Amino acid sequence: MTDTKTTTRQEPILKIRNLTTRFRTDRGIVTAIDDVSFDVYPGETLGIVGESGCGKTVTSKSIMRLLPEHITIIDEKSSMEFEGINLATTSNGQMRKVRGNRIAMIFQEPMTSLNPVFTVGWQIDEALKYHTKLSRSQRRERSIEMLRLVEIPNPEQRINEYPHQLSGGMRQRVMIAMALCCEPDVLIADEPTTALDVTIQAQILDLMNGLKEKLDTAIILITHDLGVVAQVCDRVQVMYAGRVIESASVYDLFHTPRHPYTKALLESIPKAAKTRVKSARLPAIEGIVPSLWELPKGCRFQDRCSIATDHCIELEPDLITDENNRSVRCHTPITVNNAPVRENA
Amino acid sequence: MSLLKVQNLVKQFPVHGGVLNRVVKKVNAVNGVSFEIAKGETFGVVGESGCGKSTLGKAVIRLINSTSGSIEYDSKVITNLSHKEMMPYRRRMQIIFQDPYSSLNPRLTINALLKEAIRFHNIIPANQMNDYIQALITKVGLRADSREKFPHEFSGGQRQRIGIARALALKPEFIVADEPVSALDVSIQAQVLNLMMDLREEFGLTILFISHDLKVVQHFCDRIMVMYLGFVVEMLPAEVLHDRASHPYTQALLGANPIDDPDDRHPLTVLQGDVPSPFNLPQGCPFVGRCPIAEDRCKTDRPSLESKGDGHQVACWKVE
Repeated sequence: MTDTKTTTRQEPILKIRNLTTRFRTDRGIVTAIDDVSFDVYPGETLGIVGESGCGKTVTSKSIMRLLPEHITIIDEKSSMEFEGINLATTSNGQMRKVRGNRIAMIFQEPMTSLNPVFTVGWQIDEALKYHTKLSRSQRRERSIEMLRLVEIPNPEQRINEYPHQLSGGMRQRVMIAMALCCEPDVLIADEPTTALDVTIQAQILDLMNGLKEKLDTAIILITHDLGVVAQVCDRVQVMYAGRVIESASVYDLFHTPRHPYTKALLESIPKAAKTRVKSARLPAIEGIVPSLWELPKGCRFQDRCSIATDHCIELEPDLITDENNRSVRCHTPITVNNAPVRENA
Repeated sequence: MSLLKVQNLVKQFPVHGGVLNRVVKKVNAVNGVSFEIAKGETFGVVGESGCGKSTLGKAVIRLINSTSGSIEYDSKVITNLSHKEMMPYRRRMQIIFQDPYSSLNPRLTINALLKEAIRFHNIIPANQMNDYIQALITKVGLRADSREKFPHEFSGGQRQRIGIARALALKPEFIVADEPVSALDVSIQAQVLNLMMDLREEFGLTILFISHDLKVVQHFCDRIMVMYLGFVVEMLPAEVLHDRASHPYTQALLGANPIDDPDDRHPLTVLQGDVPSPFNLPQGCPFVGRCPIAEDRCKTDRPSLESKGDGHQVACWKVE
């Protein structure tokens, strides 16, 4: 399914090039994400993975232009091309027409992302009022239809309720309904299931997968949960300390990770399976992520890397893309020559 | 010989309301839970938010008092011990909290934080205090110069190490670990789990490990108890979790867990509906509203835990 898409690929709907976002702070200027480039194709799910502070959320909020303007500097060489508009430089007015309409976002915290003093119906209606020419009754109908689409029981009644009357899973569904009501081309989901229980997470992931097929929306899924990535993404990009360090198809990434960080990250998850050795030590990555204030001169992963050399300390590697469209930022990437050959890869 | 024996433990929280602030209703957080933990065993409690697992953890070490039931620790019933009588037991049972940000006093240095309890319980003479704390800090993998720092100077993983050091400072036998790694990143989670495994071995700790993450529990624990709405629905040895889990809720939990292998893609088990409100529990099986195989009997009669042999217990009418 994913692979046929790769071969008959259309033009990317969103092209991010050299996205660099800096923040003005009391201690000076800090670079939160550095030179991030990627494409998003219609109908695919792109996973962005990484640990806290790696720049996943800054990436998504930069695309949405939701970062506070007075402290944010988006570098001038950054470009974010969406349907002929450069989102990095376009006017706020133009951006408002795109945001919530063509590119929509689901936030991590369904508890705090909804306005507690307005009904759910009012909040879905707000987007429709701004972005469409529908009449009041049509908008109400559309809102109910959206709630039905995200499988909320009794939508006619729920539409008049306030967020506190809904459970966490239901609120996340309302967020998804709000994001999808204008049928966006790109949906950015920033840790959409992190705050939810695993059975509710399954409901939401199932829903998102179904909607992607129904509406052909491109999804950027930001998460730290590699299990979620393995189950729903087509392509993955791994970030570390503000840099993209590896990007590949989900199969390649999980079977033959090339960056030592990706490999270590995959190994450090406890394996839920019959292969369990009782209380075997987990292959942990020692040390912690470097502070963005004290980034090392060379590779940002050097002090936690098991195969770092003097070269890695001296010079930061570039992100190199090979002929199979895999990218890795490492001087000595793990070779993949004995990788299992996938028939449809 | 079991170190901890809990029988029929019930915890209700009163809910106040109205102008007179009287008790208007009660939430049933833990409903008649019984289990035993053997010395040296690691016992995992799994369930989703609101299933009563944290309440249970706090109740067994008497951080909160239970409504009814009995808790036996080292062959002594501690359920109704007075504050003073409880003191020697307090030292022997410790807890590690979930949130490494709010569980450490921000105004105390690590040294002061650790010293407080050690001095109170008279663990070691004052002249050995320095060496003891130093050894403790090194043991949990913190740098030796950490002792004069404040909690805000540490990352989440390091704070959790401090939490562990604080629990270990009193030389306890029994530790309740309430979601100790849930707030941590994957790579840090592995570090902290490894540390806890090392310490468990070194000090021969008995652990009640509370988590919502089946993968972590299965890796870390000997036996697993699955809770739903304050009830125990299944109890079984960790190594047979995948093969023998038979309660529909346990199976749903396993099926809903995304597996980290893109070749093993399968539709996640999707349960209908949300967890019911603990204010009005269903009359029959607590899981009846979301259960895919429920029948009429499940609505009226509540199943009790039945032994299926080899330490496996299930509370379900439909499991043979």
